[in-house]
Amino acid sequence: MTVAESIKSKLTAALAPSELEIEDESHKHAGHSGWRPGGETHFRVRVTSTLFMGKSRVDRHRLVHAALQEELATQVHALALELKTPDEQSR
Amino acid sequence: MLDEATKKRIDTEVTENDVLLFMKGTPVFPQCGFSAVVVQVLSHLGVKFKGVNVLEDPDIREGIKDYSSWPTIPQLYVKGEFVGGCDIIREMFETGELAEMFQTRGIDAKHPVA
Repeated sequence: MTVAESIKSKLTAALAPSELEIEDESHKHAGHSGWRPGGETHFRVRVTSTLFMGKSRVDRHRLVHAALQEELATQVHALALELKTPDEQSR
Repeated sequence: MLDEATKKRIDTEVTENDVLLFMKGTPVFPQCGFSAVVVQVLSHLGVKFKGVNVLEDPDIREGIKDYSSWPTIPQLYVKGEFVGGCDIIREMFETGELAEMFQTRGIDAKHPVA
């Protein structure tokens, strides 16, 4: 399984997202620290989930960090997050 | 791993500096795009802050992740409280919440010019 696939399956299980987009941005960081040939080090993830309702930005990020603990400790060097509730998404 | 000595050093930094940024590189020469974004936002708001370069300090680099329960750098602290990383600071800047937060905490910040 690629890192992107494992991010996808873990976030799907943890957050029941109505929208989930995972973008490998590693190529934008080529040569920088943490970058490896083959990519899968820098990701941008967009999630829409009802589980974010009533939660602060920090708490939303922590939910995602918790689900991806293993990836963050190993392969993933940078994770940009855009986390919205369905209401915010439709605005 | 966060040992007692490192925890004390971080405690001291975040309590002695109203606005403190744990970052890669320095405010003048950031060495990571995400750290650079936060430096830019703070500079744009005219907020005085101290930068701690985690690349020069492996204990802090690892320790701050446990200290804040936050796995990535940069990390912004205001008046001893963790505010967020790059995405959160940028979002709060865009909505005007960041300038407001600085003002309610008694820290000089300019209103952003749209």
